[in-house]
Amino acid sequence: MVKIKKENLNELYKLISAEKSLFVPAKKAGQTNYALYGAETEVDLDTLKTVKSAKELFFPQSETLYNVKTVDNKYSVTQAELQNEEFVAFGVRGCDIKGIEVLDKVFLSEPVDTFYKARREHGVIVALSCNEPEESCFCTVFGVDPADAKGDVTATFSGDYLYMKANTEKGEKLLADCASLLEAADESEIADEKAKIAEILGKLPYANLSLEGWHGGATEEKFNSALWEELYKPCLACGTCTFVCPTCQCYDIKDYKTADGIQKYRCWDSCMYSDFTMMAHGNNRTSQMQRFRQRFMHKLVYFPANNNGMYSCVGCGRCVDKCPASTNIIKVIKAFSKEGK
Amino acid sequence: MCDCNCHQNYNLDTLVPMVGIVTDIRQETPDVKTFRVNAPEGGKLFEHKPGQCAMVSVPGVGEAMFSITSSPTNKEYQEFSIKKCGVLTDYLHDLQVGDEIMVRGPYGNNFPVDTELKGKNLLFVAGGIGLAPLRSVINYVLDNRDDYGTVDIVYGSRSADDLVQLKEIQEVWMKAKDTNVYLTIDRPQEGWDGHVGFVPSYLNELDLKTDKTVLVCGPPIMIKFVLGALTEMGFSKEQAYTTLELRMKCGVGKCGRCNIGSKYVCKDGPVFRCDEVDELPNEY
Amino acid sequence: MQEIISRLEELFAEGKINRVLGWKKGDLPYNPEPAYFESAEALKDFVYDGFCGANLSKYFIQGSAFEGVTAILLKPCDTYSFNQLIKEHRVDREKAYIIGVGCKGKLNVEAIKAMGIKGITDIKGAEIDGDCKELTVETLYGDKIVAYKDAMLERCHVCKGKEHMVYDELLLESADTLDGDRFAGVEAIEAMSPEEKFEFFRKELSKCIRCNACRNVCPACSCRKCVFDSNKFDSEQKANVDPFNESMFHIIRAFHVAGRCTDCGECSRVCPQGIPLHLFNRKFIKDINEYYGDFIAGENAEEKGPLTNFTLDDMEASERR
Repeated sequence: MVKIKKENLNELYKLISAEKSLFVPAKKAGQTNYALYGAETEVDLDTLKTVKSAKELFFPQSETLYNVKTVDNKYSVTQAELQNEEFVAFGVRGCDIKGIEVLDKVFLSEPVDTFYKARREHGVIVALSCNEPEESCFCTVFGVDPADAKGDVTATFSGDYLYMKANTEKGEKLLADCASLLEAADESEIADEKAKIAEILGKLPYANLSLEGWHGGATEEKFNSALWEELYKPCLACGTCTFVCPTCQCYDIKDYKTADGIQKYRCWDSCMYSDFTMMAHGNNRTSQMQRFRQRFMHKLVYFPANNNGMYSCVGCGRCVDKCPASTNIIKVIKAFSKEGK
Repeated sequence: MCDCNCHQNYNLDTLVPMVGIVTDIRQETPDVKTFRVNAPEGGKLFEHKPGQCAMVSVPGVGEAMFSITSSPTNKEYQEFSIKKCGVLTDYLHDLQVGDEIMVRGPYGNNFPVDTELKGKNLLFVAGGIGLAPLRSVINYVLDNRDDYGTVDIVYGSRSADDLVQLKEIQEVWMKAKDTNVYLTIDRPQEGWDGHVGFVPSYLNELDLKTDKTVLVCGPPIMIKFVLGALTEMGFSKEQAYTTLELRMKCGVGKCGRCNIGSKYVCKDGPVFRCDEVDELPNEY
Repeated sequence: MQEIISRLEELFAEGKINRVLGWKKGDLPYNPEPAYFESAEALKDFVYDGFCGANLSKYFIQGSAFEGVTAILLKPCDTYSFNQLIKEHRVDREKAYIIGVGCKGKLNVEAIKAMGIKGITDIKGAEIDGDCKELTVETLYGDKIVAYKDAMLERCHVCKGKEHMVYDELLLESADTLDGDRFAGVEAIEAMSPEEKFEFFRKELSKCIRCNACRNVCPACSCRKCVFDSNKFDSEQKANVDPFNESMFHIIRAFHVAGRCTDCGECSRVCPQGIPLHLFNRKFIKDINEYYGDFIAGENAEEKGPLTNFTLDDMEASERR
């Protein structure tokens, strides 16, 4: 384990960013999101949750897949370049790392998404422990330890220092490259901090949220429950929950017309949107109730059924914080457990 | 080396299409055309299995999933029978021989021609453009005739003019060994002396033996009634296969559109055994 | 709050209403949700406090389709939106029993969090029956005292007033919360150089994630099918493809609601990225006031809006500054 004084963190950012792209939570116009580190960047490691999760570093909101040039009605296709340089994602919280594990199940399963895979292979993740978990957090319910988030490097603030420990070869190399700024440290120095975090975690309002009854199966019973008709009512059919969610991975593929052809890009899509399943001769989910139900059934029933019980929710609580109508996955889970189903 | 990368087929990511040349267009019905597609350098774009689909696109117009209607036993080209019913299909219908389109695939599973269907008596039931995916299997079966038992084909459409692949049906299928073809149209029509009536009721009338494995494709409402008729005739759901259609974008089970229950129609389907379909939430 | 519940119970008992459109208690101190209550018993989950900022007017488009009469609870500022929806024939006035509820300013938990307050477990002082001067915020990291005013939504600092523009009956008192200049923010931008303006809007709009929350919550955005949802239109609904797209979305939306926007402030309240979207709309309101005389959309359900009406006195575009 190594450590660096908080006041020297800027030196660390500069050192890393001199060699490779460094993405950090950065404040811009009052909000914190991941951004490429530069001289002007206002790094913000105090804000627990970036508005958009770290998923955008591996699965950006929009990305070009390929370009088609049209000359004399003949097409020529050029695939967009894959990520081919190492980059560092700094300050990723435990929930977002779990979110990336969920995305891995989707994008790294056959046929592999090479765009995503290239980013995963070239990305070095510096995880950051959560010193002050918030009331909307419930990551522990999904088996995340926010005091010991497992990236390539695990970083934890304690006292005047940021402590770092490598978990992978990539992590070791990163720390070795920064050795000039780092001092040796011992695991025991952060023991108190970890204990403090553990104590807070036990007190979180959603700490005891039960997932009883969601362990796969009972698909039909859940699907046909009358509860959906009530639960969906406040939903505005916007895409906020999907876009801030670290695991929502539905996407659209679209054309962007250029001077001599098109740029084919993909962008995040939302199952909450009315046109999501619309096709030339109809739509199989015509009501908002059906769309609302789909989102939660997918996260809590369908995804676990396909992935050995792994839920497609990591308990980051962003939907709890951001839903304009204050409805969210917690309310869905609680409504079903109240029904005893 | 020439810098131009015209016709150079990149195949790095499965989402990136290949360029295909339309080498033949047949007007099947007033609103269905069959497009023959070759690789620019000749030959097929890829190999596929009966029942599989491919994404066909026109840059700047759209991209959609179509079943590959030609049989894999055809070594020269692939065909798509496409009904004119939207922005992309309107555009495709205006194409001329020699025009380029883009294709990626093949996607999805296939009818189990090499396993469950082998040695079985087969009953194909199709309605309208629903013949397209089944045609791939029918021709595969007829090209490997000795591997399968009897073949019965029940095919219906709105009118005689809406029957696709009529020439092939008459010249090839009707003449094939141990093969019966039953055609029907919804309403009586001048010049039609064949059967008139909906496919499900025709099936009942035919009273075929239940020693067959059934492959059914057509409009959702037809499939529903066909399955009802088959059950009445004594067939079980495990004996029947169908192919589903939902909105698709990626074709590889990731973009989320065609997700129903824990299945992705583009990847886990489009072919499902009918008892598997029953297990899905009622959203297709 | 009990006064509201008692009155609603009476209305249920008298058979005057079939349901209530109000707010339901959340599971955190600050997240009540819009909800329908189908019976008097269901009202046990009813809440009306400082965090009931959600404007329920737009939900009544859906509510108008239900059988019978729905009691809808509207704060003074919400009634402007409701009037506007009546004017646009998007809600059925006959199916609404409007209870105008008093308001002492609505709270914005984001404002509390922006003070560095984390781990909120309880908030006292947000009750509508209290004096609404001070909030005690209990957190996992100790209690904090916050002035009620400092936690209010921006729109409450420029409150349109305590009067309800449309109602069947009124309940509870309102408080004065106005302490700001409604157009100060617009004037500050007007005073900027073109470069500064561009920089300001780029910085704000580049945060946009195209979630459409602002549009979907907006009572003026009630089109059955939005042009941005059409695949026939060369606009990108959900991709933040390039800076132009996000700007275009917000600018077109502002144009479309100009003259109809009541300045209810819901767009800014719901934006997950904290973009001050109301500034666009308020610029239009300010200009309309200057060009056509003072006008407040939703003051009544009859008057033609300045942009949907022509008078011989209308100023010519060429005369504008």
